[in-house]
Amino acid sequence: MLRKKECVAMLLAGGQGSRLYALTSNIAKPAVSFGAKYRIIDFPLSNCINSGIDTVGVLTQYQPLVLNEYVGNGQPWDLDRTFGGVHILSPYEAKTDTSWYKGTANAIYQNIRFMKMYDPEYVLILSGDHIYKMDYDKMLAAHKAAKADCTIACMQVPMKEASRFGILNTNKDGTIYEFEEKPAKPKSDLASMGIYIFTAEKLFKYLELDNQDPNSDKDFGKNVLPAMLKAGEKMYSYRFEGYWKDVGTISSLWEANMDLLGVVPNFELSENDRVIHSKSPLAPPAFIEGEVINSIVATGGEIEGKIVNSVIGTNCVVEKGAEVVDSVLMGNTIVKAGAKVNYAIIDEDVVIGEKAVIGAPIEEASKVEGKTSGITVLGRGVNVSKNGKVPAGEILDKNV
Amino acid sequence: MASTVGVIFSSINEQNVPELTKVRSMGSIPFGGRYRIVDFALSNMVNSGITTVGMITKNNYQSLMDHIGSGKYWDLARKDGGLILLPPYSDETETLYKNRLEALKGATAFLKKAKEDFVVLADSDAVYKLDYSKVINYHIQKNADITMVYHEHKLVKSHSYMTFDVAKDGRIKGIEINPASGGVEKNYINVMVARTSFLLRLIQDAIQHGYKSFGKDILSPGVSTYNLYGYKFDGYYANIDSINAYFNANLDLLDRKVRDEIFGERDVYTKVNDSAPAKFADTACVKNSLVSDGCLIEGTVENCILFRGVKIGKGTVVKNCILMTDNIVGENCNLAYVVSDKNSVIRDNRVLAGCEIQPYFINKGSLI
Repeated sequence: MLRKKECVAMLLAGGQGSRLYALTSNIAKPAVSFGAKYRIIDFPLSNCINSGIDTVGVLTQYQPLVLNEYVGNGQPWDLDRTFGGVHILSPYEAKTDTSWYKGTANAIYQNIRFMKMYDPEYVLILSGDHIYKMDYDKMLAAHKAAKADCTIACMQVPMKEASRFGILNTNKDGTIYEFEEKPAKPKSDLASMGIYIFTAEKLFKYLELDNQDPNSDKDFGKNVLPAMLKAGEKMYSYRFEGYWKDVGTISSLWEANMDLLGVVPNFELSENDRVIHSKSPLAPPAFIEGEVINSIVATGGEIEGKIVNSVIGTNCVVEKGAEVVDSVLMGNTIVKAGAKVNYAIIDEDVVIGEKAVIGAPIEEASKVEGKTSGITVLGRGVNVSKNGKVPAGEILDKNV
Repeated sequence: MASTVGVIFSSINEQNVPELTKVRSMGSIPFGGRYRIVDFALSNMVNSGITTVGMITKNNYQSLMDHIGSGKYWDLARKDGGLILLPPYSDETETLYKNRLEALKGATAFLKKAKEDFVVLADSDAVYKLDYSKVINYHIQKNADITMVYHEHKLVKSHSYMTFDVAKDGRIKGIEINPASGGVEKNYINVMVARTSFLLRLIQDAIQHGYKSFGKDILSPGVSTYNLYGYKFDGYYANIDSINAYFNANLDLLDRKVRDEIFGERDVYTKVNDSAPAKFADTACVKNSLVSDGCLIEGTVENCILFRGVKIGKGTVVKNCILMTDNIVGENCNLAYVVSDKNSVIRDNRVLAGCEIQPYFINKGSLI
């Protein structure tokens, strides 16, 4: 019997995430920890399964080991299937034309055969670096109702920030008449979220054309979408309302973590209907002895110090007299007695020695000029010695 | 390790904790914030290298099945072996099994099919970490017929139990059933190792002779006819044989030494739930407590075990309590020495208190 999937999702997870500096030295951006117990990729994968999409290709290229191990057979997201499920798609060697993924469109192009195995009507293209909850099924319904060839999810952003995004200029009926990539003078405040639904045959056609074009950068935003628009294909915008955050920079990653705090947070994770699944670790519940205020703490924690306005990942130890304020501890980190961590993002497996001082209070640190707006960043596995000091805004990849 | 199959009794000794087993089997009693008691024996098996486990069930095993599922969280969803639920077996002439021996009879088909040389039998009413492969090695080294694990502690309860008189070389010289002693004894913890073929022979014998009790009719007289050996387990051991014991064993986890022994080194596997991490509000004040995923704390919590999804309202003070999954405590309440089963709601301004030797128990799904 021939089997098919109506919609196949392709998740672009190959980006280096260079603006996350030390946090992506050894791992791909979608594998970066978020919100105490998650990794960024949990969000698009959970959105897929919560939207009824059970076939997902994850395109990896840059430092894929942690990501591959994490995604595994897809069991945490119920994506372990006999037909469909989640598949890691790395660049591969072919008889002719062996190459790395040369751009977002080329990455998808190289996996056309994967998509065709499922004979899909539609293909959903996703990014692996956004934090949001979205029902793709509603977007697909809109795509079908409009008989569109391509539907692009978008949301309103403040006009002054619009020049940072791909901007959609649309007619009243939602059709797109112009697509501008990071325009200096934006005509609209509708930003593309990097989420596209294509009617499969159109996608395959334009990917082939793009591949034959030697002048193309093989990028969806720059090449494929404008080419489709030029050819007069039906392109629709789909308005998304809700929380959405691109966590491609240190400060946006910090903000997105802080958005989880509070009894009524900016971004609510604990709704029962749209659960974000993750490979929940097997640690016992957090042991709390110290003072924990306006914070979230994942399992396995041993907290005897003071935690204020912070996100504490799995298996973190904060010893007596230690203080963690306005910070993110991603997991498996030890903050020894008397150490102070302020306005910082601390990656996994870090040891902060006794009485060490990391960063500075937010009021002071945010005046520091630099790549991270004053946020101090410690990379994976860094050891800070006893009484060590890491000034505000510093990015550390090595032991001190 | 020698090839070994495991058998877990998930429904034995339920009469000891009627409050908790009214709605579930012994093994599926929630414990320690995110676990069920069966997780300890089952994880011990997995961590000992056992990959085929039969689980004997009885009444009310829906919640157990829901917890265990295919066994994937224990890496026991296998093509070959894995976790096999053994539903209660009865033919036209027999009723549901009434004791351990009858329960074992129901497992003979499973044991006959097993290719493994050895079998470990364990109950699911205790919290402990034991590498069963050590017991099996001891069993082989002693050339024993049956090796039974004991733990030395003071007898406190009057329910059915067994104590050993053990010779220096480990041989069991005598077995007493329900002795009247008040002192420290070598208490059998219902973990037993034998050759699979030997156990099958014992069961067959028991059927032929119409034996009723594994302890009285087989083990006790077996002292003179079989090579019975005792294996001393000297780690942390908590038998959940009363609501008090349940209360105390939970609070034992607040002791770092106990936590390290039970959860350190090898994981205790359990069904994974995707609740969001625990959230502490501006007004939260938490001391010496275990707090699970999905909790929202706005009040004061001291010496407590909070299971998944527990909410503690503003102005509420909770001390020395075990609150199971999805308990919701309103504002300005005062709770002390309370054990509250799952899904209960405690309205604003309630004052509820038990005491150290008699915790106040709230039934599953109550509204107070």
